[in-house]
Amino acid sequence: MPTLSEIFAAHPRDGGWASFLLAQVATNKPLLWVQDRMSILESGRIHPPGLPTQDLIHVEARDARSALWAMEEGVRCSGLSCVIGEIWGNPKVLDFTATRRLAVASERSGVPCWLVRLGGSADLSGARMRWRIASAPSLVNPLDPRAPGDSAWDAELFRARGAPPGRWSLAYEAGRFHLVAASGDRALGEGQRLSA
Amino acid sequence: MPHLAIERWAKGSDYPPDSPVVLTIEGPHGLIIHAVTKAAAERGARPGARLTDARALDPALVAAPADPDGDSALVQRLARWAGRWSPLVEADGDGLRLDVTGVAHLFGGEKPLARDIERRFARIGLTARVAIAPTAAAAWALAHFSPSPLCGGGRDPLGEAEWEGEGAKPSNPLPSPPLPARAARESTLSRKGERDLAKSLSSLHVSALRLDPDTVRTLERLGLKTIGALLTMPRLALARRFRGAESVVDAINRMLGRKPEPLTAAPADRPPRALLKLEEPATHPEAAGQALERLIPVLVRELEERSLGARLLSLTGYRVDGSVAVASVATAIPSREPKHLHRLLGDKAAVLNPEFGFDAFALQADWAECLASAQDSLIEEPNGRQEIARLVDRLTVKLGTRAVRKPKPEESHLPERASAWASALTGPSPLSPTPLPQRGEGLSRPQRLLDRPEAIDVIYATPEGMPRRFVWRRAVHDIARAEGPERIAPEWWRQPSPARLRDYYRIEDAEGRRYWIYREGLAGDGRGGAPAWFIHGLFG
Repeated sequence: MPTLSEIFAAHPRDGGWASFLLAQVATNKPLLWVQDRMSILESGRIHPPGLPTQDLIHVEARDARSALWAMEEGVRCSGLSCVIGEIWGNPKVLDFTATRRLAVASERSGVPCWLVRLGGSADLSGARMRWRIASAPSLVNPLDPRAPGDSAWDAELFRARGAPPGRWSLAYEAGRFHLVAASGDRALGEGQRLSA
Repeated sequence: MPHLAIERWAKGSDYPPDSPVVLTIEGPHGLIIHAVTKAAAERGARPGARLTDARALDPALVAAPADPDGDSALVQRLARWAGRWSPLVEADGDGLRLDVTGVAHLFGGEKPLARDIERRFARIGLTARVAIAPTAAAAWALAHFSPSPLCGGGRDPLGEAEWEGEGAKPSNPLPSPPLPARAARESTLSRKGERDLAKSLSSLHVSALRLDPDTVRTLERLGLKTIGALLTMPRLALARRFRGAESVVDAINRMLGRKPEPLTAAPADRPPRALLKLEEPATHPEAAGQALERLIPVLVRELEERSLGARLLSLTGYRVDGSVAVASVATAIPSREPKHLHRLLGDKAAVLNPEFGFDAFALQADWAECLASAQDSLIEEPNGRQEIARLVDRLTVKLGTRAVRKPKPEESHLPERASAWASALTGPSPLSPTPLPQRGEGLSRPQRLLDRPEAIDVIYATPEGMPRRFVWRRAVHDIARAEGPERIAPEWWRQPSPARLRDYYRIEDAEGRRYWIYREGLAGDGRGGAPAWFIHGLFG
């Protein structure tokens, strides 16, 4: 069910959430990626050669207000595969109403929307799923033990509609998520269902 | 194009090419021959003669009605086509005039240019007589009256404009008399250029001056049959004798470049435009929005008729004090949907300041592209491509062209060059997606790139060895694992020579965050001091 999900990066210089998110994005249709200016300054601009698709539209928004506007316009456009929006900090315009609007628009049009919060803290939000993603030391690289291997994350789902929150250590390999070692008290199957 | 009418007719008819056909137009006393085929000309038919006279000479003549309107439409079309040679083209009767000043060298000189024009006209089945001369009137005279096809006229470095009509250079140059010194100084040509030009024109008949037939007849009666003979006459006497509107002195001046004869370029296709005039100037701020509502249906109707879609729209408000206010928007794909256009322009129109009041509005599609009328599907199913184009339009209108972009992959190894961006309006879809290197195949690229690589302090065991620890934005990162180096050499053909090579490392710190850092230069490569370290990207 496409809806609005919120991802809090554990740290603005932690780019781990990006591959966690991109692993769940369909690439058969164009993608709208909105970044506000502060996010670009602090944690860099998206780099198409590193992304799974080149078929994307990038919006550099002046501030959170125009970023939210662009996201809402995008979410209403059913030709997109998904909308990703990065917003820095806790701006005033990003309140419950704004997130709720995004969630409703996303559910109505069937375009998943990801709101990425960099350097922000969790406040009131209408997002259906709220994640906190941190990079975890990567898996062992089979070719070179000194080199980084496949990405791994420490993913915390701290609020979700219709699902109890939980915390998992995840890795992504060969097209699917799997649990590395559960650090919370959730059953293994639960995490797979939620994130994959 | 001396045989334009008959050649155009021959193309569209199924008569054998050697049949004696004449094209006729209605004259005051019956049909008049307008154009003749070669076969008809051999049997005595002449343009301008009456059909009955020609029929008396040869009863087998076939007469067909001429189509002067169609001919001039063809000339207009050819004028646009002739834009391939010169930006300034004017249709002139059955010929074209091109301003080829500073253009000829692109075609290898004037003679190759003239030959190229002749050849290309021949390819579309039209005979063209080409002349290049320092003035328009001279080129016209040479093209129409000169016997041998060759570009002619006095070549002059000061010549302001060179013209192409149709024609050739005379083979028997006559010595021309010296011209009055005062007039020569006013001329745009130097005196030598003027003399050369006069020489090449002097053997032509006086009708080459484009005078009306009565004047030509008078000149002939006076024994002044050639331009050369005319130039020997005192100008004062000529001016006194021919005082009418079609002054002979005027014609000579035009031909010799003493009097400018500017050229009016053939108009391009008129852009689709809707106009609204107000009885009373409107000063309320909503005037522009209301005008837009009335103009859009009119413009859309015109776009529909011409099968066009707007790519660039501008709403111009004309104020009473003579100033204008313009709001313009661009679209990603041609569009003529009223709702969409209104949505794009609405906000911009609303902020047009009426000041003392608007008394007219014009909505114009400055750039329109072909858009066939189409129905996407039987049920109104949203079309993905169109939806996205509209989204791009809306985003661009609000945020600006520079803010809404899409990847434009470049052939480069430098990451910041390889991931160039282009305005999302530029094309209907992004370029062919480059196949991405698969994980484990060496090249892996970060998902995020800093706009500007940031300098970091790196501690490493050996100068060329793996980095151990780095400080970025005052935070210390211990490097747990590293992969590299991947060496990217500078693009010496693009950058100035002191550019240094880069050794990229993919590193992971103790917390599992992964970065892309590089060392610029090598110790002792002779391109600056000790190598510096930079952070360039973040891996997901």
